[in-house]
Amino acid sequence: MSTTTSVTAPVPAQRSAAPDAPAAPRKVRRRGEQSPAGRAVTHGILGVASLIALFPIVWLVYLSVGPDKDDYLHPGGIASKATLDNYAYVLQHTGFFDWMTSTLIVSLGTTLVGVMFAATTGYAVSRMRFPGYKPLMWVLLLTQAFPIAVLIVPMYEIFSELGLVDTYQGLVLVNCTTIVPYCTWLMKGYFDTVPMEIDEAGRIDGLSPFGTFYRLILPLAKPGIAVAAFYSFITAFAEVAFASTFMLDDSKYTFAVGLQSFISEHDAQWNLMAATAVLIAIPVTAFFYLVQKHLVTGLTAGGTKG
Amino acid sequence: MTLAVDRPAATSREPRPGPIRRLKDSYRKYWYAYAMIAPVVVVLGVLVGYPLVRGFYLTLTDANSLNSARTIGVNHIDATYQFVGLDNYADILWGPASYDRFWSHFIWTVVWTAACVVLHYSIGLGLALLLNQKMRGRTFYRLMLILPWAVPTFVTVFAWRIMLADSGIINSALGSLHLPQPSWLEDPTFQRLAAILVNTWCGVPFMMISLLGGLQSIDASLYEAAEMDGATAWQRFRHITLPGLRSVSSTVVLLGVIWTFNQFAIIFLLFGNTAPDAQILVTWAYRLGFGQQPRDFAQSASYGVLLLAILTVFTSFYYRWLKRNEQLAV
Repeated sequence: MSTTTSVTAPVPAQRSAAPDAPAAPRKVRRRGEQSPAGRAVTHGILGVASLIALFPIVWLVYLSVGPDKDDYLHPGGIASKATLDNYAYVLQHTGFFDWMTSTLIVSLGTTLVGVMFAATTGYAVSRMRFPGYKPLMWVLLLTQAFPIAVLIVPMYEIFSELGLVDTYQGLVLVNCTTIVPYCTWLMKGYFDTVPMEIDEAGRIDGLSPFGTFYRLILPLAKPGIAVAAFYSFITAFAEVAFASTFMLDDSKYTFAVGLQSFISEHDAQWNLMAATAVLIAIPVTAFFYLVQKHLVTGLTAGGTKG
Repeated sequence: MTLAVDRPAATSREPRPGPIRRLKDSYRKYWYAYAMIAPVVVVLGVLVGYPLVRGFYLTLTDANSLNSARTIGVNHIDATYQFVGLDNYADILWGPASYDRFWSHFIWTVVWTAACVVLHYSIGLGLALLLNQKMRGRTFYRLMLILPWAVPTFVTVFAWRIMLADSGIINSALGSLHLPQPSWLEDPTFQRLAAILVNTWCGVPFMMISLLGGLQSIDASLYEAAEMDGATAWQRFRHITLPGLRSVSSTVVLLGVIWTFNQFAIIFLLFGNTAPDAQILVTWAYRLGFGQQPRDFAQSASYGVLLLAILTVFTSFYYRWLKRNEQLAV
């Protein structure tokens, strides 16, 4: 940044030294180090940004311990009467566990189908140039641009004829319209990073193309598959439009739909909604943090090197 | 049989034999490729292609929930909708209410997309640059700043709804600073601002993380060389950082535009069934099809087809432009 003024010759040993090693009498800043003022500004901006990022979540957690549905209007009173009653109520008297079951069935189903179908295609488009390659890539790219509005009406019509409205299979299938192309794209990006020499070696040793894929490439691609799986899971978990339209029976709601059911025009139970939201968000956020490093590498690998 | 692995570059062409021969050759040569892509092609054909054709047909009819095939109890009622040709499109694009129904939403969708993507990108890049420095607490900040991305959108939108409510925390804070307290969820202008605000909050982390990845992949020796030559910070940013980020930038901007244009959850959940003015085309189309009685399937599908056409045109232009400048690595 603009505050980096003086530079030392970059000696490897120096670069690995801790950034704030004891200052020499005449302070010489190393690469990437800032003046104290610059550092304070950086910390200030990042601190404020973190607060903005954090605040809505903290606020939700805070409101979730307020016993009354209108507590969000006078939040000052919550601290003195904080209680876990909302959580108890949500767990005992609402469809929380039903919703959890539906969400898990739908998300896991979508993940399984998405990854299974996408893996071989990702490999094929990463390695082979066959007639029809370009149209296929184009379709895969375009499908990601599909607005839900295009498919939702005809899907609804077809599903009601087939009796698939309000079924888990139906929702899995409709989620697959977006997940499968995305996973394919993601996996292609990952397969591209696996050296071609491995395939060639496998072929020379007499493996068929499928053998090469199955025995050599697939085991190497496990991290890529994991990324595609995480991504599918999280996307299906948070899907709102299809789930709101296709799930009618409130015991089959996914979380995304169930959460909406606390807020009807006349009687919005914000306290229960907040408690449910916290219960949903905790495991997902924990899961997300565990995988985020891989997720980010995978997404950018798919996006930029793909 | 040839080697399974075709180097992408190897595309030497021999003189073309006859069509049947070519078909046979290509089958022999590529059958495994086709076998591998078959599952996805079938899935896309059945789950995307067929509904798309069907949807297109619907746009040529006057289908709604009163004349579609439906089952009430044990009675099955057959569809009675009729073929009306291109009337739906004509009605949407230049019918008597076309401005209120289509064009105003179209303009707002374009403004919304542009505003959100610019905000996502600039804030994301700023934060990524800050996070890319050596400093204490970098990992901590990084984790905090990913938070909006980590928590499911449908959860955080409700948090925002509470905060933006008339006497919610944001207006209380504004009030204690003696600033005006707009009704974010009722006034059309502020509904739009609120939508942009929430979407920005939700979308920055992805940009930030992707751009941070891009920044970290820029060769540090370039900066060393530039510093040796006495380049100022701005010059380094302008001539090393920005070009180094090009391929990441173009990809995330493309994704950002597509995602924002199609953003359903935020607007749908933030306003429920209120706020006709803040609806973008996607949510408006959904509302025509599912948020009113009777449900207007034909109009909703027509909006869908129009949206797809807009996005196809945009994507192909963008893609071509990138290909020409060799910026996108896909």
